[in-house]
Amino acid sequence: MQVNLKVNGTEHSDDVEPRVLLVDFLRSNLRLTGTHIGCDTSSCGACTVLLNGEPVKSCTMLAVQAEGANITTVEGLAAGGAMAPIQAGFHEEHGLQCGFCTPGMMLVGEALLERNPSPSEEEIRWAISGNICRCTGYMNIVKAIQHAAAAKQAAAKAPSHAAAVAGGQ
Amino acid sequence: MFPAAFDYRAPASLADALDILSDRGDEAKVMAGGQSLIPLLKLRFSQPALVVDIGRLPDLGGVRRDDGHLRIGALTRHVDIERSDELRSMLPILPEAAHWIADPLVRNRGTLGGSICHADPSGDWGSVMLALDAELVAQSKKGDRTIRAADFFEGPFTTALRPDEILTEIRIPLAKGHAGGAYNKLERKVGDFATVAVATYVELNGGKVAKAGIGMTSVGDKNLKAAAAEKALVGREATDEVIAEAARQAAAAAEPKADIRGSVEYKKDVVRVFVQRGLKAAVARAKEGR
Amino acid sequence: MATVHMHGGIGESIKRKEDARFLHGKGNYIDDLVLPGMLHMAILRSPHAHARIKSIDTSAAAAKPGVIAVVTGELMAQHKLAWMPTLSCDTQAVLATDKVRFQGQEVAAVIAESKYQAEDARDLIVVDYDILPAVTSPDAAKAEGAALIRDDKDGQKDNHIYHWESGDKDKTQAAFKNAAKVVRLHTFYPRCHPAPMETCGCVADVDSVTGKATIHMTSQAPHAIRTVFALVTGLPEQNIRIISPDIGGGFGNKVPVYPGYVVATAASLLIGRPVKWIEDRTENLISTGFARDFHMTGDLALDENGKMLALRVHLDSDNGAFFADAQPTKFKAGLFHIVTGSYDIPTAHVTADGYYTNKAPGGVAYRCSFRVTEASYLIERLVTNAALEIGMDQADFRKKNFIRPEQFPYTSATGWVYDSGQYSKAMDVALNQLGYDELKKDVERRRKNGEVTGIGIASFTEVVGAGHGADFDILGLRMFDSAELRVHPTGKAMLRMGTKSQGQGHETTFAQIVAEELGIPAADVAVEEGDTDTAPYGLGTYASRSTPVAGAATAMVSRKLRDKARKIAAHLLEAAEEDLEWERGKFYVKGSPNRAKTIQEIVFAAYTNLPEGMEAGFEGVHYYDPPNMTYPFGTYAVVVDIDKGTGQVKVRRMVAVDDCGVRINPMIVEGQIHGGLTEGFGIAFMELITFDDEGNCIGSNFMDYLLPTAWESPKFELGETVTPSPHHPLGAKGVGESPTVGSPAAYVNAVIDALSPYGVTNIDMPVTSDKVWTALRGAGVTE
Repeated sequence: MQVNLKVNGTEHSDDVEPRVLLVDFLRSNLRLTGTHIGCDTSSCGACTVLLNGEPVKSCTMLAVQAEGANITTVEGLAAGGAMAPIQAGFHEEHGLQCGFCTPGMMLVGEALLERNPSPSEEEIRWAISGNICRCTGYMNIVKAIQHAAAAKQAAAKAPSHAAAVAGGQ
Repeated sequence: MFPAAFDYRAPASLADALDILSDRGDEAKVMAGGQSLIPLLKLRFSQPALVVDIGRLPDLGGVRRDDGHLRIGALTRHVDIERSDELRSMLPILPEAAHWIADPLVRNRGTLGGSICHADPSGDWGSVMLALDAELVAQSKKGDRTIRAADFFEGPFTTALRPDEILTEIRIPLAKGHAGGAYNKLERKVGDFATVAVATYVELNGGKVAKAGIGMTSVGDKNLKAAAAEKALVGREATDEVIAEAARQAAAAAEPKADIRGSVEYKKDVVRVFVQRGLKAAVARAKEGR
Repeated sequence: MATVHMHGGIGESIKRKEDARFLHGKGNYIDDLVLPGMLHMAILRSPHAHARIKSIDTSAAAAKPGVIAVVTGELMAQHKLAWMPTLSCDTQAVLATDKVRFQGQEVAAVIAESKYQAEDARDLIVVDYDILPAVTSPDAAKAEGAALIRDDKDGQKDNHIYHWESGDKDKTQAAFKNAAKVVRLHTFYPRCHPAPMETCGCVADVDSVTGKATIHMTSQAPHAIRTVFALVTGLPEQNIRIISPDIGGGFGNKVPVYPGYVVATAASLLIGRPVKWIEDRTENLISTGFARDFHMTGDLALDENGKMLALRVHLDSDNGAFFADAQPTKFKAGLFHIVTGSYDIPTAHVTADGYYTNKAPGGVAYRCSFRVTEASYLIERLVTNAALEIGMDQADFRKKNFIRPEQFPYTSATGWVYDSGQYSKAMDVALNQLGYDELKKDVERRRKNGEVTGIGIASFTEVVGAGHGADFDILGLRMFDSAELRVHPTGKAMLRMGTKSQGQGHETTFAQIVAEELGIPAADVAVEEGDTDTAPYGLGTYASRSTPVAGAATAMVSRKLRDKARKIAAHLLEAAEEDLEWERGKFYVKGSPNRAKTIQEIVFAAYTNLPEGMEAGFEGVHYYDPPNMTYPFGTYAVVVDIDKGTGQVKVRRMVAVDDCGVRINPMIVEGQIHGGLTEGFGIAFMELITFDDEGNCIGSNFMDYLLPTAWESPKFELGETVTPSPHHPLGAKGVGESPTVGSPAAYVNAVIDALSPYGVTNIDMPVTSDKVWTALRGAGVTE
């Protein structure tokens, strides 16, 4: 059947079997391979995408359930080689090692900061408690999100400076 | 890892959905958020011929209050309950329980109604509904009916809902006077099912317990209501001894199975500890006027 | 960003050069690869732990739309590929022919146009089994009348695999006779699993025209795998190319050769199209290289003053259905005989027996340093128990028995030559950071108040950097490693190595070595690994060996090139070589610093203006054979509080002091430590693969195999001491596995300390809340 949805700002219309998982649609049909598959019991969060701004497990959704929705994947965080504050935060704070959980972590962080611009460490750990990482022990992921929070706060306070900071130099 | 093939319908209205179910309810699975159903489809433990997606139906969400009842739409997501300031002031056991369901990603999709209808004995909402004496509104093409929570959960993944019915609303009676509730959950990690969880609720009248509700998760073949323990509290002052006795009775009524999470004795004792903690917290909240 | 402005030499925490692609979702993981005409493979696995195969009917599966082929053991046998060698010189079934020997074993494979079609068809294969009794532990394996698992092996009469010993039996026995006190600990280190976030997989592409087999594979050791493939398939080795792309975590899980790789390659060969096989999580947990599963008994002999006299250890190893440990061939129980740990124990005797069981094969994995995790766990638990038993403080007892700095290089009772260590210093730093004395008083106060709380300490010594060729080989391939460095005319470099990062930051760390030794900024050094057509031969990345071995090779090749640079500089400066001084990045004439040539100018000259008779170009390769292992060490300390009502354990504090010698990139080192401490936490408290009596695997998905989230994981307080390795060119020791080696005992010792007032001396991992509750209730403690 036909499914129509927006992914990273671009409209897509495709014919899919109802049983096709959203994660497979993104990875195979749209060739957006930044969203990863880490398990088969909806337990790990590696497949996290933003659905209308909220983080969800794309392996636990059918593509057809995303009819009319706005999906953001890691590829939609920034254009070209530029970096969004969340990506810069992960880079600056060494918030990634193998990188497999990273897209999911960044999207959750991004959504959190939209809702709560200055989260406590506890709030950050709770927000990412649906995303498993085996490499980092989470310490630097927390710092990465805190780094992004600070950068976004600074940008909000000083718009002219914001362009330089948000560009992630 | 991927579902077997199925027919799929996403009706535009509740009436359309009920039409489909009156025709094919026996071979269909109704899906709201899909956070319980899709994992089963992926492992091919469930292979329905038809999936009816009601997740985008309008008018099945929202929280309303009419005289004496809190009315919550079945498609209300766990996260909406978790974050609701309104519910936090009216009935804090709801956001407290919501907070501990699965993980944050699941809570962004999963719904109150979906969870209740899934009727996993390890599900959290069923115990809360039992403790609160909730009423569940089921609609079908043939008409509507209201089912008491105590009559709703029949067995593992089995409810009183007919194949042609959809749960549309959850009605929770609101206390006239001082009331308080708490949800205690022991899980091995975030996202795991409860090893044991207990919902406790009390209404106080003149310093004595006027109404008590105790619902238990993961200690039976369905969510259990500790009726005898509840009776032991009614009409009494909620002293430590009275609470301890109710806790012992609730533990005795629990029917856990021994498994990797622990022995029968362990789980029963955690029920006792949680009923004790939960009742103390519920009474304290009731006295605070919350 | 910092990278641009920092040179990136040793000791600098420059940001990682490899981050960009991962941050943008452009990592090249195996499942991201799509080749023209590519097919998808799904494997059918045995539901039974032990059963004879009566028949396999693939007809319905083969008839499904999109299915190109269905492969069984029978077809593989026709090509002599039904069995393959393991890394421990045993054989393992690729696809079962006679019997299945563990739940999850590979039985057949479907190759189809899409992965959904492959799975649909797989469900239609019908296998008729005759169920046999399952053997689910070493005790069951040894028992009279136990089912014979490896009836395929000529001469195999029982389920015993190996017997191995180390140390001095007689001397140790004598020491025990004279001991004032003997402390015994019997403990089980349960089966757990590395569970990297990315599962294993491959895309096998055998070109029927050229005969070239290109296998993209999640492999931590691509060269060794290429050689094994050549030996097994008969394909000429120059026609085999293994490409390890970006790997989403390894932890030892991606070292072995799995049947899926072999079947996919055979299928590609037979069909003439690329075949992709990506296992799902259940397959990963139920069939790939697990870790640990050691039943250990340790006896520690003490004199009347608490001085250690001797150590005696016996272990039974549960190796699963095939002996497939990824470890150096001379060691049947890995490097377990490091078990005397940080202590000056005059004599020791270790015996080890390995057994077949009806479980997945493996054992050496999960950041274990070849079984050092098991050894360290045993000795550190035994030492804490001994301290509790004789009433001595855990830290004091350790310090009393530590190997002293002046004893290095120290030859242990089992023959290890420890390179360097300052164990008391690391201990003091940890205790200081913890505020140990105050904390102990606080523990007393809380206990008087009815609280259950405790402090656990572990002071581990690790052995890594495998290793000297005469002692260390994998299937005969000596465990040297390599670095090939080529600098282009414009002064930019390409470094290729025989190792393979799975997230450890090699593209950054090894560039830093070149930056230090040759003076080319790290930003100008590209690091490549993983393509066996271009990378020099190496034994791969696991057992914390990359920095000790390939890092050394990198330093050595940089120095070789620095020697060439000196000659060119002398030519350019018209001076004698011995009159030149090196200052990182340039040669200058002694006494005349203005007469200098930068490395960039020198390199350019290697292509444009050479001394007479000198070969052009600026490149070199070094294969490094380490003279010895390296011995990282440290002290970890954990504080726990226990909920009397539920038995839940909360880690209140965790202090980790590591000494891995010289730290090349401190930021990356700390990241490795954080990760390992969290895996150690998971192992201590929640990770478990277990089996019921029928051999059904419990722990084969992430609902049952529990991994800690950010919510449960403790916050770590790190500290360091630096004791360089005297034999390593950079003084560096390697660190990746120290935290998983040292931390489980620290966590468990804290719980045992908390429960010691109630007479509890042991709880085996995972220390779950129900086990703690049982211990408390047994002592009459309740809420």
